[in-house]
Amino acid sequence: MTSAQSRLADRRRTRLMVLRVLVLALLATLVGRLWYLQVRTGQTFRDAAAANDVRTVVTPAVRGDILDDQGRPLVDNRSALTLSVDRNTLLGGRDHGAATLARLASVLGTTPQAISDQIRTCAPNIPKPCWNGSPLQPIPVARNVSVQQALAVSEQHDLFPGVLAGPDTIRRFPAPYSLNAAHILGYLSPATEKELGAAAAKGEVMQRSDLVGRAGLEATYDSYLRGKPGVTQVAVDIVGHAQSTVADTAPVDGDHLVTSIDARIQAITEKELAAAVARARSQTSPTNGKPYVADSAAAVVLEARTGRVVAMASTPTYDPNVWTGGISQADYAALTGESAGTPLLSRAYQGQFAPGSTFKAVTTAAMLQDGFGTGTYDCSPSFSYGGQSFTNFEGEAFGPISLKRAIEVSCDTVFYRVAFDMWQRDGGMKPVAHPAEPIATMAHAFGLGARTGIDLPGEAAGDIQDRAEKQATWNKMHGIWCKRAKDGYPELAGPDPERAKYLQAIAKENCVDGNQYKPGDAVISAIGQGGDLVTPLQLARVYAAIANGGSLMQPQIGRALVSPDGKLVKDLAPIVTRKLPVSGSTLGFLKDALHGTAVEGTAAPAFAGWPQNVIPAYAKTGTAEVYGKQTTSCFVAFAGTETGPRYVVAMMVSQGGTGVGTSGPSVGNILKALFGVDMGKPDPNGTLPTALPAIRPDGLLPALPPATTLPTPPPPPAPGTGDSGGSGTSQQTAASPPSAKKPTT
Amino acid sequence: MTLNPAVNKGPAAMPVAETRRRSSRLRRFDWVLPGTALALSVYGAVLVWSATRGRTSLTGGDPQFFLKRHLMNLVIGLVLMAGTSVLSYAWVRACAPVFSVLSLFGLLAVLTPLGTTINGAHSWIVLGGGFSIQPAEFAKVAVVLGLAVVLTLKSSTGVLSEHVAEAVPPRRIAAAAVVAGVPTGIIMLLPDLGSAMVIMVATAGLLVFAGTSGKWLALLGVGAATAAVAATQLHLLAQHQVNRFAAFADPHLDPQGVGYNTAQARLAIGSGGVLGKGLFNGTQTNGRYVPEQQTDFVFTVAGEELGFVGGVVLIALFAVLLLRGIAIARQCDDLFGMLVCAGVVSWFAFETFENIGMTLGIMPVAGIPLPFVSYGGSSMFASFIAIGLVENVRLRATRPAVTLD
Repeated sequence: MTSAQSRLADRRRTRLMVLRVLVLALLATLVGRLWYLQVRTGQTFRDAAAANDVRTVVTPAVRGDILDDQGRPLVDNRSALTLSVDRNTLLGGRDHGAATLARLASVLGTTPQAISDQIRTCAPNIPKPCWNGSPLQPIPVARNVSVQQALAVSEQHDLFPGVLAGPDTIRRFPAPYSLNAAHILGYLSPATEKELGAAAAKGEVMQRSDLVGRAGLEATYDSYLRGKPGVTQVAVDIVGHAQSTVADTAPVDGDHLVTSIDARIQAITEKELAAAVARARSQTSPTNGKPYVADSAAAVVLEARTGRVVAMASTPTYDPNVWTGGISQADYAALTGESAGTPLLSRAYQGQFAPGSTFKAVTTAAMLQDGFGTGTYDCSPSFSYGGQSFTNFEGEAFGPISLKRAIEVSCDTVFYRVAFDMWQRDGGMKPVAHPAEPIATMAHAFGLGARTGIDLPGEAAGDIQDRAEKQATWNKMHGIWCKRAKDGYPELAGPDPERAKYLQAIAKENCVDGNQYKPGDAVISAIGQGGDLVTPLQLARVYAAIANGGSLMQPQIGRALVSPDGKLVKDLAPIVTRKLPVSGSTLGFLKDALHGTAVEGTAAPAFAGWPQNVIPAYAKTGTAEVYGKQTTSCFVAFAGTETGPRYVVAMMVSQGGTGVGTSGPSVGNILKALFGVDMGKPDPNGTLPTALPAIRPDGLLPALPPATTLPTPPPPPAPGTGDSGGSGTSQQTAASPPSAKKPTT
Repeated sequence: MTLNPAVNKGPAAMPVAETRRRSSRLRRFDWVLPGTALALSVYGAVLVWSATRGRTSLTGGDPQFFLKRHLMNLVIGLVLMAGTSVLSYAWVRACAPVFSVLSLFGLLAVLTPLGTTINGAHSWIVLGGGFSIQPAEFAKVAVVLGLAVVLTLKSSTGVLSEHVAEAVPPRRIAAAAVVAGVPTGIIMLLPDLGSAMVIMVATAGLLVFAGTSGKWLALLGVGAATAAVAATQLHLLAQHQVNRFAAFADPHLDPQGVGYNTAQARLAIGSGGVLGKGLFNGTQTNGRYVPEQQTDFVFTVAGEELGFVGGVVLIALFAVLLLRGIAIARQCDDLFGMLVCAGVVSWFAFETFENIGMTLGIMPVAGIPLPFVSYGGSSMFASFIAIGLVENVRLRATRPAVTLD
């Protein structure tokens, strides 16, 4: 063998050795990489693989019902047929789904463009309607379709690729006695991005298409009503076909909310509120010679001892069914529009009105606790100070009268003087370091100027003016006021030059000394005018505290949460916010005076025919003057014996005339229904049940007589045959003829 | 000069010694090599079966369709291997040019309307009856054989190449470039980059083991690198090929295409863990998440269902196969046989590393099958023919225990 040959053979042998090492190195690399993927970081891949091939199928839980005090559903569910579009399948078609859309549009009686708008994905530059959910999820294009429409799609599946017809539950408002209660019940709307995130953080299952309580009781008790959706995890293949079930949890249906609302009383309250508004509109306002506008109004019925809301009505209202299946832009605009009177807003707890003379109960409590006596006061036609004159309503005068009588006849000048005295004691225009401000302090103690804490979202706080608040407001506003004082209100000068001039004058005044609590402020605040604003709910609560012996209750609508199988989940016991800083004798005096008002005072016309000897009634009227508007009609009353229930009814009608003329008859009628007086069977125990309605273990609600029409009162001479409203406790024990009047004075 | 008497004799030579030679050949028959290939094929059959049981769109409703076809291919492959291993050297050398020409015709036929495009590669000739062939697979055999012949041709001076200082003269390198370059070029046109890469790697291996000097190898390496850079820079490659190369490092580059494949492959393998999810229990496999799982991505089935253990067993089988091939090459005392073995080992080694590497995300995605394991008749046949060639070399060209000088 030559040396060259040998060298070459060596070279080849070496290279084969290198190949062997190389092969082993490469294979070792593969093993190393395999170890890294499968052993070292395997868990992350296992998790990712689970996410990859496990689909979560959510079975929605049935949302709980909202029931009235007898178990009558105010909101429940019904099944409806929904047409949804699977975007990928539809648009993946040969013509991008154009033919299918055209067919679907003709079935639904709409245009293909309207449907394709609904299913386009939302983006900043895309106008509504659009779909903000996952593009993988079927998009509902028509909820609550007819059986024929659903069949047209499901029976010709080849003509409608990607269109699915399926059952869906939607919220239903059975409306016993045709009640409305839209503001109490609230509505649902699809979950927001934020809610989805919050639910995910809590480990709850929430889908983009889920509806969440957005207002009213639906919002407050959403977590109970909603239940827990069932989750089935299915391993699926790449095209989404189920292979096997990985995990399966059944849905837990939502709890029923039993409320203290009584459907019959709610319906009557709504009817009576409408009647009050109609009454107002039939009268002419002396201030401007036009019929009363009665633009908005509200009524609240509370059980005084518990603070439970029996009924609450607000006008203008709306049909809660507009929310079902998604609200249209036009409907929403109508609900929130100024021109329609913002019907979405509940005047009962979101509307703020001047309380007028109904506030005098607070003023009286303040003066009695402040050391004023119940003796004789001068009810002169007017009270003057520093060139300013404050008159009685319609210039009435009663001369020297007792404080009780001053309340009964609602004499303003008596209270002007008291408030002026208090103001002077606080240092007048040069206030002492810590002014007592007895009236404002008492108003705050009665829960005015603060939210009541009712179990409804978006409550208004009202406002009670005092020295500190005036200063704070001025600090914040005087820049604007001074600018307005200089520039005026040019935007108003055209349509309403008089108002513009007035507002400019006010602005000038406020600019200079708007921080000062002037005698006029003090005097007018004593009779619930000026800056003081209350919600009808707050007003009812004040009188409930007087009626129940001094406990300021937190109003509640929810009474109990009951599971679908009838178990009590949560008892919502009455909540005492605070005991009033008021002595027993003060309360006694107030009740006496309010009873006198109902019997022989300004409120008496509303209680004609009321069995005062069986069920004593108490009331206060109010007619608040508001600048530039017609007077606000206020009327608040309560009735009931020492042992039985006491119900408070408050009604306020904006630009509605006098308290007794407009609201009085309606409040009286509501009280009559509460105590069975309307049926000729006055019962001190009232007509409402005290026990929770029984929900049977199988989830069925108690069998109740149909609640379609309100019971009609019997003809005056003969007592009626029965109460078709189905009240369980209305059989009275000691019926007395409603004839006796004025038992005491 | 060392020569095995059995090597240079024609088919009809030495009839007297035939019986003895046969028995000695049988004794020398390497059982490990075909045994490993058989084990890999059976392993592959199970993996292919698992990957295709649920793919009704491919199987036409018969869950065992691919299993049967794979086993049928295996049987044909074994026959081809047996046939190849008993041919004499002279026949093998004589067949090489014929085989090369045939494979070139096959490749050219793919370019004509006879060819069919699958996955962006125009690589198949459909024969009808559900059968199709992929000429590029046979081209691998043809190139290995052809190069082994070219590199061992007697020079015109009648002197064996070993006698000159330069083991592989430039003229021979040029000839090799033609033999390998023409089919590679056609394959690139298909385009079937994976097969072209295999042929280039096998060619490089043959040149290296033929003893080409380092200087020339370096020059060729630089030339190849320049060509590769030029190809990408001048956009000679189709976009999907560039994407495939880029996406293995960054799956987000092409999340719906190759990136999806690699991500799903890694997911399937990674989720397998140490012992795997159990045969037929792979969720990713059963969910048909990994594309091309019975062919190029067959390793993911082993990774997911049989885990690290199953993967290592598969890699170990390849280690045995490749090391055995290298051992046969080393024992071989004639250059032709050694080059055939080295070429086949280079080919299989590259395919194994590239194929498993791409499923593990360390190599770019290319349409390269895992020899014996991946489903595919042409690949199976070509691989078994290659094993037959190595066996042939083992039988005829390896040294007996004592060498004569």
